[in-house]
Amino acid sequence: MSNAASPAAAAPRLAAAPTPTSVRVKASLTRRYRAERRFRAYGIVAILVALGFLVLLFSSIIGNGYSAFWQASLRLDITLDATAIDPDGTRDPDTLATADYAGLIREALSKRFPGVSGRDARRKLFGLVSQGGTYDLARMVSADPGLIGRTISVWLPLSDDADMLIKGHIPRDVAEAERRVSDQEIVWLDELAAKGDVEKKFNVRFFTNGDSREPELAGIWGATVGSLLTMLVTIAISFPLGVASAVYLEEFARKNRWTDLIEVNINNLAAVPSIVFGLLGLAVFLNFFGLPRSAPLVGGLVLAIMTLPTIIIAGRAALTSVPPSIREAAYGLGASPVQAVFHHVLPLAMPGMLTGAIIGMARALGETAPLLMIGMVAFIVDIPHGFRDPATVLPVQVYLWADSPERAFVEKTSAAIMVLLAFLIVMNAAAVYLRKKFEVRW
Amino acid sequence: MDEAMTGMNEEVGLSFGADDSEPLGQTPGSASGAETPAKFVSRGVDVFYGAKQALFSIDIDIMPNEVTALIGPSGCGKSTFLRCLNRMNDIIDGCRFSGSIVLDGEDIYARAIDVVHLRARVGMVFQKPNPFPKSVYENVAYGPRIHGLASSTADMDEVVRTSLERAGLWEEVKDRLHEPGTGLSGGQQQRLCIARAIAVEPEVILMDEPCSALDPIATARIEELIDELRTNYTIVIVTHNVQQAARVSQRTAFFHLGKLIEFGDTDQIFTNPRAERTRDYITGRFG
Ligand SMILES: Nc1ncnc2c1ncn2[C@@H]1O[C@H](COP(=O)(O)OP(=O)(O)OP(=O)(O)O)[C@@H](O)[C@H]1O
Ligand SMILES: [Mg+2]
Repeated sequence: MSNAASPAAAAPRLAAAPTPTSVRVKASLTRRYRAERRFRAYGIVAILVALGFLVLLFSSIIGNGYSAFWQASLRLDITLDATAIDPDGTRDPDTLATADYAGLIREALSKRFPGVSGRDARRKLFGLVSQGGTYDLARMVSADPGLIGRTISVWLPLSDDADMLIKGHIPRDVAEAERRVSDQEIVWLDELAAKGDVEKKFNVRFFTNGDSREPELAGIWGATVGSLLTMLVTIAISFPLGVASAVYLEEFARKNRWTDLIEVNINNLAAVPSIVFGLLGLAVFLNFFGLPRSAPLVGGLVLAIMTLPTIIIAGRAALTSVPPSIREAAYGLGASPVQAVFHHVLPLAMPGMLTGAIIGMARALGETAPLLMIGMVAFIVDIPHGFRDPATVLPVQVYLWADSPERAFVEKTSAAIMVLLAFLIVMNAAAVYLRKKFEVRW
Repeated sequence: MDEAMTGMNEEVGLSFGADDSEPLGQTPGSASGAETPAKFVSRGVDVFYGAKQALFSIDIDIMPNEVTALIGPSGCGKSTFLRCLNRMNDIIDGCRFSGSIVLDGEDIYARAIDVVHLRARVGMVFQKPNPFPKSVYENVAYGPRIHGLASSTADMDEVVRTSLERAGLWEEVKDRLHEPGTGLSGGQQQRLCIARAIAVEPEVILMDEPCSALDPIATARIEELIDELRTNYTIVIVTHNVQQAARVSQRTAFFHLGKLIEFGDTDQIFTNPRAERTRDYITGRFG
């Protein structure tokens, strides 16, 4: 009744002529709206600038790097001569694996270009095909010894300089002395290309090989495995430690001068330059504990120490954002502090903690400086198989390739960056997904 | 323990002098005949938040199977006193307690007391409904589960069902037991919190303004519920609604600025208050 009456009572006041107050409010409104429009414009400009830089970054990386996913290959008819491969006919795997396939390739090339003579010219001709061709043949024959004695037509990778020429990264119109491919080589390659015997194939090696001095054979699998192993160590150490510290500091520790001191120190640690953690790792893990150099184990430990403050800070923020009424409800029912935390508070804080952890991991994945200090910058060809094997990681691989003089490493560098970015994007997407999945609506 | 009790009572007898600051009303413990021992006996309770004193020497006896209402203007310390009864103030940083509160002859602030056990005996319903962000079923089952009160799933189903029935919520939620408790309406959430509290079978239920967010119908239902619960439990309720105190309680305590002004039978307080300030408050002249 009284509810129904009050709007009716209010209506005449609203309908009355504009009072001075309402006039003033109106005047200030136009001003406020103008300020709002201005602010929106600033925001849009800021976002456009940021997007512009992002587009620039991505287009330059992709523009430089996409060609690394293809590799120029040459089709050759190779006679797998039984006397050259397996003169005794034992089909012994060792013999098959170590036979002189390079000689077979040379023979095939000579047959292809019979007119070529003279040491220099022949060496140039044989140099067109990458060393990798030998390994390919060895693998094929080992897998199927029945091929011996037959003539097969195979695609073999071209050497990095020939590859660069085919991809157009080596200019043809400069003086011969100023480019790494001679006129004679260009003639041969053009002739082969005209017959359809040179083709750009998908570069599987890039994804399956370790590092190499030959750009056309270098791959990122070694660095990827190294990164994965390192990240495993990092997350296995920093997440439980970080969550435990955050929970203890936020939920159990008494607030006093000591916890204040700890808090200040954790915040400071988060701001310490990462290379300092590398020096710490060098002094403690390598020199004192004598752990192996260049190992994912040590890299992971160093990165775990580096990410720990981030995870603790994010974890504490997530815990404080859990409403106190939930704790009260649990305590009011007679839950012990540990039960209140583990049954109610922690599950609600988990999305925030996971997000913090993944952001910390993403930073660790892109970290180079501390790993240089503990020797993960070494040139490592083998794929690491364990936490103590020498390894390198993706960002260090990028650094190593960026530092190499060969033209072909330019595209490898960008391609490795693309792979690294893909990992980072996947991790951030995982963070968003986990947050959405575990988020509780109130 | 008996010694402690008698000692306590003597002290009470002494402390009730002619001093103006002492609460008016009957001597604690004498209301329903001296034979019935009080459930809670609070003596000289002072509470400080940091340097600020929120309660000044509170003496109240809370009788079993009765509803005791705490009324008074905002900020007078009603919630603070209520939270002393199950030591919920322990989790507030900088909150200090002195005095004694005896539950069934045991000082609940004694060192030997297990707070977790105490809170299982003295349940609480908060001012703002605070269901766990879990299913209705899980909300009610949580207390019995952590205390190991149900031995089988069937047992637990039974506990959940009876608790919800007694809270007057069963009919409304029986088809949505596995939907989140936070998806219920405000009044339903508050009854869910009551069901959750009674599922642990506490001896005392503390309610801090349980109806402040509810419409008249839900309020009436909760008042009915309180009246039913009185047969099995001891209830202490904080309320801003003086009429509600008159309707549901047998005894009323009036607080003002951290002091207990008057404590006695509800009928007496509402028909014939002894203190001027009590009269002013219940007739709506201040507060
Ligand atoms: N956590 C706290 N920290 C500091 N002071 C507090 C805290 N809780 C309550 N107080 C103070 O203690 C006094 C009593 O508070 P209390 O919450 O008990 O009042 P109340 O009677 O329940 O009031 P209301 O009816 O508004 O709920 C108030 O002056 C309040 O400011
Ligand atoms: Mg209150």
